[in-house]
Amino acid sequence: MIEQFAEKIFITVLALTKPDGSIVPLRILWEDGRRWDIDRVLDVRPGVARKAGGEGIRFLCRISGHEKELWFSHGRWFVEGKSTQN
Amino acid sequence: MARVILHSDANSFYASCELVYRPALRGLPMAVCGSTEERHGIVLTATREAKARGVRTAMVNWEARRTCPELIIVPPDYPLYIYFSKRLREMYDSYTDRVEPFGLDECWLDISGPTTTMNDGVRLAAELRRRAKEELGITLSVGVSWNKPYAKLGSDMKKPDATVLLSRDNYRQAVFPCPAEDMIGVGYRTGAKLRSRAIHTLGDLAACPPEYMQKWLGKIGVILQRYAAGDDTSPVMPSGMETVVKSVGNSITAPKDMLTLEDVHCVMFIVAESVAARLREMGMRGRCISLGVRSADMHCFSAQNTVDFNTAQAEDIVSTATEIFTKKGYANILPLRSLGVSVTSLESDKRPVQMDLLGSALRREKSNAASRAVDDIRRRFGARAIERGIALLDADYNAINPKEDHVIHPLGFLRS
Ligand SMILES: [Mg+2]
Repeated sequence: MIEQFAEKIFITVLALTKPDGSIVPLRILWEDGRRWDIDRVLDVRPGVARKAGGEGIRFLCRISGHEKELWFSHGRWFVEGKSTQN
Repeated sequence: MARVILHSDANSFYASCELVYRPALRGLPMAVCGSTEERHGIVLTATREAKARGVRTAMVNWEARRTCPELIIVPPDYPLYIYFSKRLREMYDSYTDRVEPFGLDECWLDISGPTTTMNDGVRLAAELRRRAKEELGITLSVGVSWNKPYAKLGSDMKKPDATVLLSRDNYRQAVFPCPAEDMIGVGYRTGAKLRSRAIHTLGDLAACPPEYMQKWLGKIGVILQRYAAGDDTSPVMPSGMETVVKSVGNSITAPKDMLTLEDVHCVMFIVAESVAARLREMGMRGRCISLGVRSADMHCFSAQNTVDFNTAQAEDIVSTATEIFTKKGYANILPLRSLGVSVTSLESDKRPVQMDLLGSALRREKSNAASRAVDDIRRRFGARAIERGIALLDADYNAINPKEDHVIHPLGFLRS
């Protein structure tokens, strides 16, 4: 099996916490000043980040027409960087 | 109503948890070892790739390394394993309120109901396996049967990521040819005893008349015969019942062998302190104190002593453990490599204490208050903020952080 790996990048996320405790990510603030609005959260469930390692609540989001996964894990947000093969 | 019971067992649990967080190690021979140092640690869990190269659980590190020179050794991260264990548990709890854990990575689930069939059990097993893999990155082996011992046996039969159904229709073919040792409760010694009377397989054991077993091995013999025959009816404990923890213990393989009684005392204090702190954290205290030691040449001894009061104090644990140590003459087997203590016969510390004429109960109450103050300081300012003088005697021993490495030992299946 070909394994894919990726860097784990912790990010700043602007999010909304609802009265029932659920969290909705709204915007990603990248370190270099760029920012992306999250247009829609398509799916929320616990999930593993197979390429970067780790697990948490996995948010599948639509960001400017692209689908992107975000993880909320032990109080922090992260994304997977570019994949490399091994 | 036929019962439907699942036993779910996480495959190579410690190693699997590590791989979720260290994806670069996937596919490589890796082992979680008690200590990364060559001469102390033993293999706690090995990945499939390591096992394929001959690495076995409980091998000493150097032995494992000699067997498999490219072995990657990782130190244990118990808080991580406890976290994964809790997540698995939450998953099980979402299907039934009858979930009984056995150690960190195994659980029985009882999903019996008026309309529940074995097929429902198999379906749930598939769902648990899928969810564990997707949500946690961990694979499960699940046994499905109508009794607990068979469900456990089934979960041991196929690894990784598999379901084994042992039903009324197939158990004779599937269970009876297995070696008797495969059954929970049949240890190495019982297995040898059984073999001495030509009982090799579970079928042999199942066929023994209970009266014969009673006469030969006593109550345990009858129980094991029932397990083998599929006649066990013990219930899966409803959730919440088992939170009555039966034993709190900890052990340490010291960074260097304990050569003198002073070394032993020092390590004993560190271990006892962690056990006592854990007891207080859980709001428990106990009266039965066990001491286990392992000598540098790997001989193990253990003994226990019951005191006439319940305690969650390191001093009490140490004084009882020291008594055992002296009485049993463990000084003769120095140097020691590992030492462990555990406290059983636990009760809640909310229960009223019988005061006595000599005021020793009152004295204990005072030292409890002092310990709680120490716990509080450590919680706020860190474990090193306040220490025992004895811990400073030896910097090597003091480097041990037993609280972090804490393990709650499940009691044996038969004794619980
Ligand atoms: Mg396991």
